[in-house]
Amino acid sequence: MSRRPYVREVPRTTWFFKHPRYMRYMAREVTCIFIGIYTVILLVGLARLSEGPAQYEGFLEALRQPGSVLFHLLALAFSLYNTFTWFNVAPKALPVQVGDEHWPDSVVSGGHYVVWVGLSLFIRFWAGVL
Amino acid sequence: MTENRMGTRQVELEVLRYNPETDQEPKFQRFTVPCVNEWCVLDALNYLKDNLDSTLSYRWSCHMQVCGSCGMMINGEPKLACKAMLRDYAGVIRVEPLSHFPIERDLVSVADDFMAKLKRVKPYLIPGEKRTLADGEYKQTPAQLERYKKYAMCINCMLCYAACPEYGLTPKFIGPAAISLAHRYNQDSRDGGRDERQEEIATSEGVWECTFVGACSDVCPKHVDPASALQQVKVASTVDWYLEHFMSWVKK
Ligand code: SF4
Ligand code: FES
Repeated sequence: MSRRPYVREVPRTTWFFKHPRYMRYMAREVTCIFIGIYTVILLVGLARLSEGPAQYEGFLEALRQPGSVLFHLLALAFSLYNTFTWFNVAPKALPVQVGDEHWPDSVVSGGHYVVWVGLSLFIRFWAGVL
Repeated sequence: MTENRMGTRQVELEVLRYNPETDQEPKFQRFTVPCVNEWCVLDALNYLKDNLDSTLSYRWSCHMQVCGSCGMMINGEPKLACKAMLRDYAGVIRVEPLSHFPIERDLVSVADDFMAKLKRVKPYLIPGEKRTLADGEYKQTPAQLERYKKYAMCINCMLCYAACPEYGLTPKFIGPAAISLAHRYNQDSRDGGRDERQEEIATSEGVWECTFVGACSDVCPKHVDPASALQQVKVASTVDWYLEHFMSWVKK
């Protein structure tokens, strides 16, 4: 009897089409592209602000273009997806054990949501928007 | 699929066959197996082997979800054949050996790689404090047990490896179950072997190959939640790194 194990190659570029859970993972990873672009836009805005009021007004004008509004809506949707997916798995990375028991996952991820909303409100308050 | 009043039904099984002595590549073979409704897929395979084709090869032992040897892909999902109940499936059931492992023969996959990795992570107690028999047993509180209990439930079935795309793409990845077992001993109050295990698992072949797809935890039949173990090892290794580079005066 001879051993001749058969190896099934995993397709390197199309593997994630094989299962919906791989697609969900890829969706989560892709969100970072939008968040990255958004961060660059923010930095450009800061640079314009430092150059003076006229430049900053031009930057704001560019933001009001339909293409820019569309991008921001998309980026918002993707960053919400990113936030929800990560907050929901946060208990895996940061389990909290008190005494003999672990806190339920819902408490740990719930805590993340509470801090998120709290910080967002604080920043708006601090920036004078609220 | 037909069902009659006796509580039996004809199940169409599509089984991936591979005979290393005669086949160039695996191919599916279709069988119609008379099954009792309450059977699991393993029962159907046993009937098949006993009555229809005695050459079919597959592994099993306990038939009660503890030995971890009957792992296979059932309709594309890694499952224990003794836990996959026929009543949960309609239509043709497709059975293949576990993904990401070479096929030895039919549904038997080659487990050598996993066994070697298990050995590397030293999945056994390395006592932190040497005690003699006269000193008595190592005591542990329920809280100390709770720290690692779920990671001790692993039955080495390798379903998590079959689910993990990182392992499929990069076979040198030590992978979910082995790292979870390392974490299980690292979390044990009686153990002192963490430094030795870190050399294996806090590496690019170890946890840093993991991108947190989370598929391992979805498929684990014992709710070990390997993804959580790997993320916790990442967090702890990162803390180690900061302590070492920026706060070396703090004793670990
Ligand atoms: S962690 Fe779960 S899926 Fe992986 S080998 Fe252990 S029991 Fe099987
Ligand atoms: S036969 Fe033992 S786990 Fe299925």
